Amino acid sequence: MKQNTILWHGEMTTERALTRRGMSFLSSGIFWLTAFLVLPSLIFVVLSFAERGVYGEVIWNFSFDNYKRLAGFSSFGWTPDYLLILGRSVVVSLVTTLVSILLSYPLTFFIASRPARNRFVWLVILIIPFWTNIVIRTYAWFLLLSPDLPFARFATFLGFIPDGSSLYPSAFAVYIGMISDYLPFLALPLYSSVERMDWALVEAAQDLYASRYRVFMQAILPQTAPGLTVGIILTLVPTMATFVVPDLLGGAKYMLVGNLIQQQFGTSRDWPFGAAISMALMLLTLLSMRIYRRKGNTVDII
Amino acid sequence: MNDQPQKNLIIRDITKSFGSVTALKRVDLEVRQGEFFTLLGPSGCGKTTLLRIIAGLEQPSSGAIILTGKDITALPATKRNVNTVFQSYALFPHLSIFENVAFGLRSRKFPEQEVRKKVSDTLELLEMYPMRNRSPEQLSGGQKQRVAIARALVNEPDILLLDEPMSALDAKLRAQVQEELRRLQRRLGTTFILVTHDQAEALVCSDRIAVIEAGEVVQCGTPLEVYDFPRNRFVAEFLGAANLLQARRVNGGVETEVGFLSLNKQPEWPEGLVAIRPEWIRVGSEPSVNGVHATVQDIVYRGTNFDLTMSPGALRVRTNAFKNFKIGDQVWLELPPAELVVLEG
Repeated sequence: MKQNTILWHGEMTTERALTRRGMSFLSSGIFWLTAFLVLPSLIFVVLSFAERGVYGEVIWNFSFDNYKRLAGFSSFGWTPDYLLILGRSVVVSLVTTLVSILLSYPLTFFIASRPARNRFVWLVILIIPFWTNIVIRTYAWFLLLSPDLPFARFATFLGFIPDGSSLYPSAFAVYIGMISDYLPFLALPLYSSVERMDWALVEAAQDLYASRYRVFMQAILPQTAPGLTVGIILTLVPTMATFVVPDLLGGAKYMLVGNLIQQQFGTSRDWPFGAAISMALMLLTLLSMRIYRRKGNTVDII
Repeated sequence: MNDQPQKNLIIRDITKSFGSVTALKRVDLEVRQGEFFTLLGPSGCGKTTLLRIIAGLEQPSSGAIILTGKDITALPATKRNVNTVFQSYALFPHLSIFENVAFGLRSRKFPEQEVRKKVSDTLELLEMYPMRNRSPEQLSGGQKQRVAIARALVNEPDILLLDEPMSALDAKLRAQVQEELRRLQRRLGTTFILVTHDQAEALVCSDRIAVIEAGEVVQCGTPLEVYDFPRNRFVAEFLGAANLLQARRVNGGVETEVGFLSLNKQPEWPEGLVAIRPEWIRVGSEPSVNGVHATVQDIVYRGTNFDLTMSPGALRVRTNAFKNFKIGDQVWLELPPAELVVLEG
């Protein structure tokens, strides 16, 4: 076969030689992804079609039972329980992300407007939660939401909860915990964009009669979109799968898909069903990314 | 006097402090309608701050801005009929050239048809219509500047503010753009206020120039007035390179390092400075009024002229390019009394 010689960055070479060299550079990465992402995922795909034995062992029988069960079909008829948990997870994840966005903009603008000397201190305050275990951070809310502290007392005063009870377990406590845990994941990438913002564009928009909304949409949002996108991915994806926060602050009534999966691999010892739920979660996550991509043009991670 | 309200701008007693730093000290200026007005000064003199105060992007510490008889000091930038061409041009990178220019009209919710017409006309005026679908990053510096000017002018502002618009352009393009800007201003009759640190640019473009030093207006007048009759040492040195001579008042003139010089106007000070531009010193072979016998110390050929350095006094002299001098030539210099400017103490 005739090889076309091409000039590549001042070097005479052939397409095949270039491809070979490129593949050798990529090989270590491909190996890593294959060994630790593709293969385990494939095992899960296979596992999700297997069956649970009486003692919790895996029986390699191909069936769609796990997916049927997830969709709510059981021998006792149809129940929406699992679908409700999945739906609730999506809502919690979206609300957490949205509230984090709304909080992150004022927060990052505040930090970026501090004098350079003090900015570091504010950033450290924002970063410290990263170094703290999520369980410890969540436990901290036990204390803060306990019956004797002002938060619970105020809620009692307003008549939301009976006298002498704490603010957890509740959906409210889950949201508080989720937002406080995941806010830094959104605020930090956003800050990197806000810090580099060209304020002349904001002034230009003001000079051109733009309303506050228009200034934000045309001068601030396009400039902060890269950081915001990374932040949204870093919040949306883990909040979908989280189980620590709802486990501790939500109680048995407020189960999310993360808890459901944890249960299958833990107490229920039903790995095939757990794998099926994981597949569903992965599909949901990819779907939400896909929707976000369509809305926000491109996802620039780097 | 006409009875119509003048669309002029009055800057009344404006002071601006940032913490302990005073950027502007009691600035009083009046800019007439249809005038090309320039704020000239070195970097950090406060000229950009003054421009931002006029635009409404900065609030003065005290004083008032009066436009067309109305006090607009408290109005935010969005409510002022004043538009700015920013130093970095500040074009919106995610919008096309057309949409960039349409921005101000869309903010004010003009009907689509009117937006199309006005934007097309303005782009046409600045010869940027063929580029309307491009994005800002696809344009050169000079083209970006045209778009920035179009984006401001399409709003038909009472005043167009230009914040060092040439600083990003190379020297040759700059000279061309300066002339174009001047022509554009004459054609539209809009009041332009230009901020620059380039004295040549100020002289080329302006109807009037305000020279600013350390937050204060030192001198305000036509380019001719400011250049030929600098009020003090700062203006004389900032615009062109005048010869400054230490002088002591004597009967009928002053005694200086180059000898006695007669003046048309007696100075008020006993000792001070007199200035003369290098191009006004005549070179001859005979002694004359205010004649100084001098030796050529150094010669620089500049194409259009020679710059000579003379002793005594290290006088700088500019002659036309036809005369030939050698270092060491003995000549007689004439410093005409009409061209000798007495500087304020």
